[in-house]
Amino acid sequence: MRYLPLTQEDRRAMLATIGVASIDDLFVDVPPSARLAAPVDLPLHQGEIEVERTFRAFAAQNLGTTGVPCFLGAGAYRHHVPASVDALIQRGEFLTSYTPYQPEVSQGTLQALFEFQTMVAMMTGMEVANASMYDGASATAEAVLMANRVTRRTRAVLSGGLHPHYRDTVVTYARYSDFRIEALPLDPEGREDLAARLDGDTSCLVVQYPGFFGHVRDLAPLAQKAHAAGALLVVVVTEAVALGLLETPGAMGADIVVAEGQSLGIPLSFGGPYLGLFATRDRYVRQMPGRICGETTDAEGRRGWVLTLSTREQHIRREKATSNICTNSGLCALAFTIHLALLGEAGFERLARLNHEAAIRLADRLASVKGVEVVNDTFFNELTLRLARPAALAVDALADARILAGVPVSRLAPEDKASENLLLVAATELTTDQEIEALATALGGVLS
Amino acid sequence: MTERRYTREHEWITVDGDVATVGITDFAQEQLGDVVYVELPAVGRKVTRGGEAAVVESVKAASEVYAPLSGEVVAVNEALAQEPATVNADPFGKGWFLKMKLADRGELDGLMDEKAYRAFLAESH
Repeated sequence: MRYLPLTQEDRRAMLATIGVASIDDLFVDVPPSARLAAPVDLPLHQGEIEVERTFRAFAAQNLGTTGVPCFLGAGAYRHHVPASVDALIQRGEFLTSYTPYQPEVSQGTLQALFEFQTMVAMMTGMEVANASMYDGASATAEAVLMANRVTRRTRAVLSGGLHPHYRDTVVTYARYSDFRIEALPLDPEGREDLAARLDGDTSCLVVQYPGFFGHVRDLAPLAQKAHAAGALLVVVVTEAVALGLLETPGAMGADIVVAEGQSLGIPLSFGGPYLGLFATRDRYVRQMPGRICGETTDAEGRRGWVLTLSTREQHIRREKATSNICTNSGLCALAFTIHLALLGEAGFERLARLNHEAAIRLADRLASVKGVEVVNDTFFNELTLRLARPAALAVDALADARILAGVPVSRLAPEDKASENLLLVAATELTTDQEIEALATALGGVLS
Repeated sequence: MTERRYTREHEWITVDGDVATVGITDFAQEQLGDVVYVELPAVGRKVTRGGEAAVVESVKAASEVYAPLSGEVVAVNEALAQEPATVNADPFGKGWFLKMKLADRGELDGLMDEKAYRAFLAESH
């Protein structure tokens, strides 16, 4: 097949065939007011050298997360990805077509996904996990749909400590359904009484852990109240590294745990592709969305892996499938699995500890800056600051000084005027004392 | 108790007073193969004749089980959760799916009796 654009001769031949004089004639039914008056002014083609030069100049306007003090978080975190992760995920043994339907040619991929599921189940404290979903936000929406199926109820209550993008994703999924979503107002202090919103038709409470504003709360009382009301507790984790140190959601009574897996093995890369984690209890496995790998034995009794419980899925259940997603984030799941395997259980905990310690240093230093109030009494590696002026202005000013100061809450929830002065700052194992000092000094200058 | 009546979707039903017991036929279980899971409705759910009442899943397929008549579910066979293979072993007995309180006993007349069902099987399969 040729990959060249059409020639003028091709165009003439096609127009003659359908009997119109010009391409513009195809648009006569569009009202003139909605049409462009003149052709779009695009530059002509350029050579490779010129294109590279132009785009490098564009790229140079970005302030990347490497080489500058970076405190960005709010669901996407700057972590170290070992070079060995990239080397291993590119090995030929892992090359496979899109989705491993055929176990006889995909044992490597299936085994890796099986181990991925085992890791996800262990780190969330749950009994069963799927082979991954697209990202944390869509996994959250799938969790709500699943809770509705399990409970046969239709109303989900979202915490005000849930990431606004996750909230919006759930609302979008529910828009053309009979499901009702009650999203509580943003809760920067972490004081809302979510259990008070339970009623006889509540399918689930959806709570983030640590919360969007960084708070770490014991979810066991919430789980008990949800269960007493016949509802499920869905726990959302946007910073998977936190699970290396914190009590698992499973141990606190969660029924479904979903998470964003980007923090392990996956670079920020402008926001994707990322990795949705999804785990639940054994008794709900048939209502779980997504692919599941299972261990089995072949005709000669040897251990092997296959996709299992497929009757939940579209190619068998059609419109009654548990989800319209029939695939997973295979490559990102592999990177996650390799990174976590390299860390090991003890290494994972050490990594989490490094993150928490860096955040403590960050909080302590910023608390001494005039015009900065630390909102949190608890946090893992991210916390909320209340500034003396709108956070977006401070962030812009600091970006000019080549410091990525964090994420203003107004960036993600522009409708919430009360949050205008709130700034989320995150620290990771990559955060140095020099970076913290640079932020504190520059922030003090902007706020004075 | 009435004699068993049948649907064209291979469910059976017997009626005792105003409570009916529903399951799938021997022919249905044989066609499905080994049953591995049965999804049952909530007690109290209202079902209408021909509407989906349960799901039966075998190693080959997942299929809907339809309510033979309209009514309200008053009991489900919880034992199937642990032993779904009971559907294969004893489809007309211990492998029952649900009990329902009938809205209109008159609807029974629209179902096939044993003889009619056998003729239907012979003719269509």
